[in-house]
Amino acid sequence: MSEVQSETIITRNLTKQFDAVTAVKDLSLTIHRGEIFGLLGPNGAGKTTTIRMLGALIAPTSGEAWVAGFPLGMQDQEIRKNVGILTEAPGMYAQLSAERNLAFFAEMYGVDEIPERVERYLRLLGLWERRFEPVGTFSKGMRQKLAIARALLHEPQILFLDEPTSGLDPQASRLVRQFIADLRGEGRTIVLCTHNLDEADRLCDRIAVLQGSLLALDTPTALRRKFFGRTVVFHLAEMQSQFLQVVEQFDFVQSVEAVDAKLVIALDDPEARNPHIVRALVSSGAEIQFVGELRQRLEDVYLQVVKS
Amino acid sequence: MRKIWVLMRKEWAEVFRNKLVLFTTAFLPLLFVGMALGSLYFSADLTGDGFSMLDDMPAEFTAMCQGLTGAGCMQYYIVSQFMLLFMLVPMIVPITFASYSIVGEKSTRTLEPLLATPIRTIELLTGKALAAVLPAVLTTYLAFLVYAVGAYLMAVDPAVISKFFDPLWLTAIVVVGPLLGVLGVSLAVMISSRASDPRVAEQVSSLFVLPLIGLFIAQSLGLVFINAQIILWMVVILLVLDSALLFFATQLFQRETILTRWK
Repeated sequence: MSEVQSETIITRNLTKQFDAVTAVKDLSLTIHRGEIFGLLGPNGAGKTTTIRMLGALIAPTSGEAWVAGFPLGMQDQEIRKNVGILTEAPGMYAQLSAERNLAFFAEMYGVDEIPERVERYLRLLGLWERRFEPVGTFSKGMRQKLAIARALLHEPQILFLDEPTSGLDPQASRLVRQFIADLRGEGRTIVLCTHNLDEADRLCDRIAVLQGSLLALDTPTALRRKFFGRTVVFHLAEMQSQFLQVVEQFDFVQSVEAVDAKLVIALDDPEARNPHIVRALVSSGAEIQFVGELRQRLEDVYLQVVKS
Repeated sequence: MRKIWVLMRKEWAEVFRNKLVLFTTAFLPLLFVGMALGSLYFSADLTGDGFSMLDDMPAEFTAMCQGLTGAGCMQYYIVSQFMLLFMLVPMIVPITFASYSIVGEKSTRTLEPLLATPIRTIELLTGKALAAVLPAVLTTYLAFLVYAVGAYLMAVDPAVISKFFDPLWLTAIVVVGPLLGVLGVSLAVMISSRASDPRVAEQVSSLFVLPLIGLFIAQSLGLVFINAQIILWMVVILLVLDSALLFFATQLFQRETILTRWK
């Protein structure tokens, strides 16, 4: 099917049941090539189960999926060759050196020119100088970076990252986020599973909110608009009571609120409607210092989605 | 095959980094060599007793002593007892390593990344089993060689020395030993992939050694006599058992249960 060729991941009614518990229910989504796709959801929402299913580590109870063009359950070996997984825990061999760890996994994936590939990723993640040291002596951040290198070694089309910055200090988190952003430039598809909503907001092209089943799926901006509409803030030199009435007279204004010397206005299509508001306010004596759009935090959107 | 070899090398790199593991692998075969040579050394002076003790030996055994002196027969008896031990070493030594192989990877959280690679279950289990059994087999061969050379240097009856290269015992050491090793290790790997705690896996696996100790005692007491026919049967049965166990181990290996249920 041509759809399968052009998309990296397609799932249809993918379901996973553990005894009486349904971890993932009827998950249908399409992830495009080169996209950073965020999987959000509370603990136990089925994020890791979804990643494990799509990485051909566990079998779905029902439904179907194609990963990198291969049908899940029928060509799992091919799927494993074409995906890289950063698991929740780094899971490295503590007795072995960083270099030996990576060389082992490179061999398992059938990588050619192993020393060159290992060197490339150790350097990229800043671990080259410590390549001969046992991983058991590494900090959590270094292990996490090494695990990311391992997931990338065979240069997979698709990368599943389960909590890539979990437990990392701000500096290491920033490095990892930058690295993920750089990978987008290489055309890889990245499925990012995270509780860090700020991280998801910064990195993801689209976001799926899971809680067993799919609750919402869209770009962060579209999700904001869907759940909060668009909100514009007019910063005035001074607030007067009539300004509120001036704005309320427009039927396209969904709500307006005065906060200090600011008017917070919810409305659709601000690009078309802001000039009307500006004119009306100026006519009524308002001195507008500047106008900006209020960007709802993704956390608010997420909580709204989960609550609804 | 390549992935099996890669996995084996990783296992060895990991395990033998620990000097204590190297020591424990070599300890038992070396202990047996010391005990065997010591027994031969002291039996060399028991010429008279050797004759009288022949009366207590199994009839099948004395029949095999044809062409040997009384002391030679006594020494051949001792050699035979220890040959049985050497045959059992490849099974005894690697059981602890094998029982830790899967559950150990799970407890160190390396199993999921390993299972995420394109490795088949049969490759994973074969690699784990061979990585555990091969060092034990090689150590046993080496110990056996030291035993034979030591016996030769101690001027044991030359006819007894020739018995070291008896096809019966060579088959026992070179073929039956490794097959027993694969049997034990396959069972241990199977336990390891079903147990959720490394300690449980090790405890259960250690029970596999009991029948072997029973066999050794039975032979010492003359209740069982290892002859060519038994060795040949053992080869056939072990080949079938090993293949079947590897198959069952593959069937019993539940990736999903291991990844999702074990904590």
